[in-house]
Amino acid sequence: MAKASKKPEKASDSLASNQLLEMYWFGRLAREIEERLVILFRQSKVIGGLYRSLGQEGESVGTAYALKKSDAVLPLIRNMGALMTMGIRPREIFLQYMAKGESNTRGRDLNIHIVHMPAWTRDLALTADQGRPGVDHDEPVVVGPISMLGDSIPVAAGIGMGARMRGRDLVSMAWIGDGATSTGAFHEGLNFAAVQKAPLVVVAEDNKFAYSTPISKQMAIKRIDERAAAYGIPHEMVDGNDILAVYDVAKRMVDRARAGEGASLIGVDTMRMQGHAQHDDARYVPKTLVEEWQKKDPLTLFAKTLMDRGAANEKRITEVDRMAKSYAAEEADAAEQSPMPDPATVARGVYAGDDYAEPTLEFVKSPFWEKQ
Amino acid sequence: MPVVTYLEAIRQALFDEMARDERVFVMGEDIGAYGGAFKVTEGLIEAYGDKRVIDAPISEQAIVGSAIGASYMGMRPVCEIQFIDFIACCFDMLTNFAATSRYRNGVGVPIVVRGPCGGGVGGGPFHSLNPEAFFLNTPGLKMVEPSTAYDAKGLLKAAIRDDDPVLYFEHKFLYRRIKDEVPDDDYIVPIGKAAVRREGTDLSIITFGAMVYTALEAAGTLAEQGVEAEVIDLRSLAPLDRDTILDSVAKTSRVLLLHEATLTGGIGGELAAIIGEHAFGYLDAPIMRLASLDAPVPYAPSLETAFLPGVTRVVEAAKKLVQY
Ligand SMILES: Cc1ncc(C[n+]2csc(CCOP(=O)(O)OP(=O)(O)O)c2C)c(N)n1
Ligand SMILES: [Mg+2]
Repeated sequence: MAKASKKPEKASDSLASNQLLEMYWFGRLAREIEERLVILFRQSKVIGGLYRSLGQEGESVGTAYALKKSDAVLPLIRNMGALMTMGIRPREIFLQYMAKGESNTRGRDLNIHIVHMPAWTRDLALTADQGRPGVDHDEPVVVGPISMLGDSIPVAAGIGMGARMRGRDLVSMAWIGDGATSTGAFHEGLNFAAVQKAPLVVVAEDNKFAYSTPISKQMAIKRIDERAAAYGIPHEMVDGNDILAVYDVAKRMVDRARAGEGASLIGVDTMRMQGHAQHDDARYVPKTLVEEWQKKDPLTLFAKTLMDRGAANEKRITEVDRMAKSYAAEEADAAEQSPMPDPATVARGVYAGDDYAEPTLEFVKSPFWEKQ
Repeated sequence: MPVVTYLEAIRQALFDEMARDERVFVMGEDIGAYGGAFKVTEGLIEAYGDKRVIDAPISEQAIVGSAIGASYMGMRPVCEIQFIDFIACCFDMLTNFAATSRYRNGVGVPIVVRGPCGGGVGGGPFHSLNPEAFFLNTPGLKMVEPSTAYDAKGLLKAAIRDDDPVLYFEHKFLYRRIKDEVPDDDYIVPIGKAAVRREGTDLSIITFGAMVYTALEAAGTLAEQGVEAEVIDLRSLAPLDRDTILDSVAKTSRVLLLHEATLTGGIGGELAAIIGEHAFGYLDAPIMRLASLDAPVPYAPSLETAFLPGVTRVVEAAKKLVQY
């Protein structure tokens, strides 16, 4: 008999225990932040709407974890997990949602609409930072949701192209909902990225609905990743609630983008577990569908994986859950103390030369971070 | 000093700026080997290669959207819109996203979006647009439109060096018809400064773009009849040079606002409001507006001539104004 066929090696097989715990932490933290936001929302402390990523924490973490901390992310509203993975301090999220003066947008833009450009983007010489281990090497480029859905795809392509012109090692990753893949901007951007071989990875999330519209009314193709077929770029579908499966696909796509092989698209099969936003009771979603996906909660499944792989026991996981909950609460409390923006600043900074404050964004390392 | 065409002046600005700053690159449809639909970018790809002269698919949202992304990385993209009419295809990218970026996040968008505007060449309803009024109500954008070759070069250089998004409208009627002295040496024409093209005491004709020549021709005719018109070339449409506008009104006390875009909701309304608010006491006559008729731009020369505000109409309007 022929020798047993060796399973192809998966990138996730070589993730260390602390890395697995770290991924779990990012997902759990995303959920706990949102749970805390629900409380603040009910207390009318959140300004405007509140959007949950419940059920999609796994795919957000699994994809972003395949990036370097110096890469670019363009998350949408379901990607709190990606923001946590890139190291954004939870306080920044609360400051934003409460429209505080010390928030990244200084009270000018909504929820997770945070933006960050590392210092190297302001260098005048094209490749000024090359070879110099810059102090900001671990800082990502962050472009929070652009509300005109689809617009983020051309922008993400341009970020990849622009960074390449500057000789930077940077991969750009953009997440996008099933509904948003019906926009012209999505298709223009993906096509251009394909032609330009831009270092871009698009994560297209089939979470079954766009607001109230089922995916069947959004597209006639059966699998969302087929959106990419017309552009001649690689595309794969993955179970979005299996964090490590997501990570494995994302790692392949990110690695090829980094190697100069161009753009790709990952189709994610997942489920939006609540309404579009807090105001939406989602009565249009069949109960059976929700029940089916409840059994596949990405964090519950991943906790089992952690135990199977000996990265943590049940006690440790409960402890991590508690840590995430209290960390979120502390960060929310601190953010609440921050003042609201000064009305006198309302018309400042529309044009260059009139800026009154340099927007900041704080990054933190996870408690499980270890130098590689 | 060398005398060059308006079109050549634009090309010189692109060559110069790409040589001066390695972060500058250009992107658009057919701008590479073909040199652009009007040949503005001719020779650029030979000089700078296809990494800095990027032939894009017919995707205005992708062109402008990716330019914004690249500008976030510190690059200085210049996008060509083949005919400015197609800027409507990326209206959202410009107004909702580029224009608000600095205000929202403190991250500026130093891009230039340039393209041929205007009528008078039989372009018909889809190739003759003057789009400034679409953008005038968008804080965060700047807009310029040169009328001379000197300004074409100096304003484009200023636009490329500007830290905010600048829409640069080049009037296609002027491309090869207008020639004037353009220095080889580096210079800019600052954004936000109008120019007095002809001094006069009896009325101010405030205009820009190709209409500057209509106004100057009308002013010549008026002078023969003893009416001295001052002609102001705005050059910059956002921001507007209020000082030059108001100084001229204070001097002449009569105002004729002239633009090639259609009348209703046009930039003339904004100018009238500024003058009404800040120079009412100087006025000896109602502010008059003259613009294209409120219709799409027609194709047939007989129709287009009737549609555009020509010299005869300017002279008539000016006479009415001074006789008021
Ligand atoms: C261009 C555009 N049209 C409409 C909207 C309003 N809108 C916001 S979210 C949304 C649904 C998005 O669905 P999908 O892309 O599937 O993302 P999901 O919410 O499921 O994550 C709609 C219609 C918008 N933001 N942008
Ligand atoms: Mg959806």
